[in-house]
Amino acid sequence: MAVLVDGGTKVVVQGITGSAGSFHAKQCLEYGTRIVAGATPGKGGTRWEGAVPVFDTVAEAVAGAGADCALIFVPPPFAGDAIEEAACSGVKLVVCITEGIPTIDMMRAMETVRARGVRLLGPNCPGIITPGEAKIGIMPGYIHRPGRVGVVSRSGTLTYEAVWQLSERGIGQSTCIGLGGDPVNGTSFIDALGLFEADPGTDGVVMIGEIGGTAEEDAAEFIRSRMRKPVASFIAGATAPPGRRMGHAGALISGGKGTAKAKQEALRAAGAAVADSPADMGAAMARMLRDRGLLPAGAKV
Amino acid sequence: MKIHEYQAKQVLSRFGVPVPRGFPVETAADAERAARELGTPVVAVKAQIHAGGRGKGGGVKIAKSPAEAGAIARSMLGMMLVTPQTGPGGQKVRRLLVEEGTDIRKETYVGVVLDRSLGLPVAMACAEGGMSIEELARERPEAILREPVDPDRGLLPFRARRLAAGLGLEGESLRKGQKFLSALCRAWLATDASLAEINPLVVTGSGDVIALDAKINFDDNALFRHPDIAEMRDPDEENAAELRAAKFDLSYVALDGNIGCMVNGAGLAMSTMDIIKHHGGEPANFLDVGGGATLEKVTEGFRIILEDPKVKAILVNIFGGIMRCDVIAEGVVAAARELGLRVPLVVRLEGTNVEKGRAILKGSGLDLIAASDMTDAASKVVAAARGR
Repeated sequence: MAVLVDGGTKVVVQGITGSAGSFHAKQCLEYGTRIVAGATPGKGGTRWEGAVPVFDTVAEAVAGAGADCALIFVPPPFAGDAIEEAACSGVKLVVCITEGIPTIDMMRAMETVRARGVRLLGPNCPGIITPGEAKIGIMPGYIHRPGRVGVVSRSGTLTYEAVWQLSERGIGQSTCIGLGGDPVNGTSFIDALGLFEADPGTDGVVMIGEIGGTAEEDAAEFIRSRMRKPVASFIAGATAPPGRRMGHAGALISGGKGTAKAKQEALRAAGAAVADSPADMGAAMARMLRDRGLLPAGAKV
Repeated sequence: MKIHEYQAKQVLSRFGVPVPRGFPVETAADAERAARELGTPVVAVKAQIHAGGRGKGGGVKIAKSPAEAGAIARSMLGMMLVTPQTGPGGQKVRRLLVEEGTDIRKETYVGVVLDRSLGLPVAMACAEGGMSIEELARERPEAILREPVDPDRGLLPFRARRLAAGLGLEGESLRKGQKFLSALCRAWLATDASLAEINPLVVTGSGDVIALDAKINFDDNALFRHPDIAEMRDPDEENAAELRAAKFDLSYVALDGNIGCMVNGAGLAMSTMDIIKHHGGEPANFLDVGGGATLEKVTEGFRIILEDPKVKAILVNIFGGIMRCDVIAEGVVAAARELGLRVPLVVRLEGTNVEKGRAILKGSGLDLIAASDMTDAASKVVAAARGR
């Protein structure tokens, strides 16, 4: 079991003929993901890598190849439009990797995403992976192993770090979800935590937050009131100066809001474990699983 | 991106936001001329630096004659203005705004910010002006009124009226306040702003509603469609290393410590700073070389760190995904050869092509310290920075 994607998910890649789209689509294919179509305006009727059919529009890819998930590698000025196109074409899940989309474009795109009842991951995210089944994104596949811990994060490489720490301990992952580092995005921690809580294939969740906004505080309230599964967390940016944007458009402490301290305190008060060091994310999860008798056979703390 | 007050007022007035008449000047003679041209009994002379709190540091003064405006300008130009937001060194004043005097009957606050939980801009108003909005948000959050802004239709008229009424405006001033708020939100949306603050928004003796001060920040991701705004960037107000990094599309923030960091990915870069501090060290910078960094970008990033005189040790922490460890290794070797490695270098590599990367570093003959994980890397670099 897993959440959102599995071996049956059929993916159309928007921007498959571009350099990033092409490179990562290949990696996804090699991992075993069912890439059933590409969409690039003007390239309809051709085949990518001599095999995968390319359509002019996402709607054609849904009708012609049965795609139910869109993976977006479209450059930032056109990515908001690409999200809206996907949302209006009949796929259930849209994964947007693109970094650098103007915030106002995302506000408009989100109106369509909400109206259509579609789930959007990202933008500015590494994507989603259900180890051993489907990799829909840019994460290095080999660090993951199938298992029963869910991972949800606003960051890319820090997620790889957490996954690595879990896999090294012999703790596999059910699904790893990238929410993205932008201030306006499709899926919140609460959405992802709710999915994992309801998933019989998930025993616990690693949640990786960062400074900026109040999504982690909202998540803490959800953990306190609605979750029975253990949550281990880490908040990046405890040493970031206020008022400075730390790489991610959304990683900004402004007006005294969005500090790591406030997030850590809220999570602790909600019963989540909070790792003080990014090197302890895997260990924090392992300890919680061990205390509940959920540590997989052969795994170490 | 930030701009100066005088630029913010130019942008806002294009959208019909009322602002006082004024001229930006760079010499005392021009300040005097500007005051004469304005012809009001008093003029305000305002230092143009990006940091807020200028009044507290002596960066805003009133002149009762053109000659006095000239004299104030002479003392202000070139001074290092220290405000609560500049840091102890202050910021050099290179430009002034000379503005007509305003008959202030009432001071209030309005602003437009992104509300991340709504995913929409929100217009804010507070009848208690003059105070910093951060303080107010902390102490009396109920005094701040908020109304969402529709990204296509702007601030709906009834919402603008609610805010204007909340500011305590009446009669003709209420109507002017509504117009002001609508225009401010129109400007915010049309220019892809990320923050706009009018503090204070004043009601004059004759009932007009005008922006006495103005601050606008813009969404960096949208600057590509606003070349006129991108041109307003003032390199004098920005850190030289940060500007250089931006040219190479590197995300760099200068900090006060002595451990240089080069990391891929913003979350991992922040965590690397955190773990350095956790082990008793202080990071000299935040540097995210990004996902698709080229050899050229990595080399430039490493060069920026090496040229920072504060840096006593360097930590390279890479988790290769899209970014391949061998590319990072080649960049580090190229820059270290070119500039000479004057401080200890700790390298932690993991992920895509890690074996290749480690082999490149090992074969380079450079004297570097290999680390196995983040804890090992942090403790080694902190010890190295202390000369151990």
